[in-house]
Amino acid sequence: MGRRSAPEVNAGSMADIAFLLLIFFLVTTTIETDSGINRKLPPMEEIIDPPIIKERNIFTVVVNKNNQILVEEKLMNIQDLRSEAVAFLDNGGGLLEEACDYCQGSRDRSSSDNPDKAIISLKNDRETDYKVYISVQNELVAAYNQLRNREFLRLYPSENMDYVQADKKYTDPRTDKKVKEKLKEKLSVIKLMYPMKLSEAEPNKTS
Amino acid sequence: MSKFKKKGSGELPKISTASLPDIVFMLLFFFMVATVLRDNTLMIQNTLPAADQIQKLDKKDRVIYIYAGKPSARYQDKYGNQPRIQLNDKFATVSDVGAYVLAERASKREELQNVLTTALKVDGETKMGLISDIKQELRKVNALKINYTTRIGDYTQNN
Repeated sequence: MGRRSAPEVNAGSMADIAFLLLIFFLVTTTIETDSGINRKLPPMEEIIDPPIIKERNIFTVVVNKNNQILVEEKLMNIQDLRSEAVAFLDNGGGLLEEACDYCQGSRDRSSSDNPDKAIISLKNDRETDYKVYISVQNELVAAYNQLRNREFLRLYPSENMDYVQADKKYTDPRTDKKVKEKLKEKLSVIKLMYPMKLSEAEPNKTS
Repeated sequence: MSKFKKKGSGELPKISTASLPDIVFMLLFFFMVATVLRDNTLMIQNTLPAADQIQKLDKKDRVIYIYAGKPSARYQDKYGNQPRIQLNDKFATVSDVGAYVLAERASKREELQNVLTTALKVDGETKMGLISDIKQELRKVNALKINYTTRIGDYTQNN
């Protein structure tokens, strides 16, 4: 028998396959967006009459030139910073009108009165490494987020998400306007309960 | 007989190349979509520190970028190895930051000028002194919303 030549492959459907793949990649690829920690700088004008803040309401965090973290003048590991900040913010040691009914802290009289009064003061040295500074910032933001998550879940269990997820949904441009309005209200309630009061002192020169 | 004429030839048939343009176009489109366009060529080392309590920074038209870090290897003979600021495609000093931010702000649409964010893309090894100086300059020109751009990750990666 004579050798049979191979039949020609029909290439008509090749374009279809190509388009299918193209559409698949179009749908699955996301162009990466940057993300990071948002902060607001204080305005330049001098405060003429600085308010008097009680020592017990300030949580001082200092990062020195050797990248060591000092909390209330005591050396601390970064692993413990988050829980320590949470304990301070959630203390609620105030009495009468300064009392905090949603705080779950130890109500220690020598720590913060309520989350509204509690201020975290962050100070760094000019020789501090940026990455250490970011780690500290990250942990302090995490402390606030932890408390806000707890309260969001407690107050709005029907939302089925925590504060961070709700905030993400709120800032997502694809979210429906009506949903946004509702979320905004709830988010601002939580923000009022645990306002982020993170003050940054100007760094000192290396001494 | 004409019925059996075709069987005679033993050569392989030619493969059709009609679909080749399709494949090429597909690759082209894929790379067009997947490539992130970088407007600045980086002249510095830029390993961002890691953090996990982060917010997304979408809407690129509302962001002003400031880069800082050690000059990369091929610029080190010329500029030394101390951390420097990069604005657009040039090295700059701290005193240039204010003018740069104002110029960038003026170039944006009017309704966006009040909602701009300054993204600080700083190498993890940089000392805080430089960043504090940048922050002071930003306060002077009233650019108060900043974003410390980070990688997504746990803080323990920062050691």
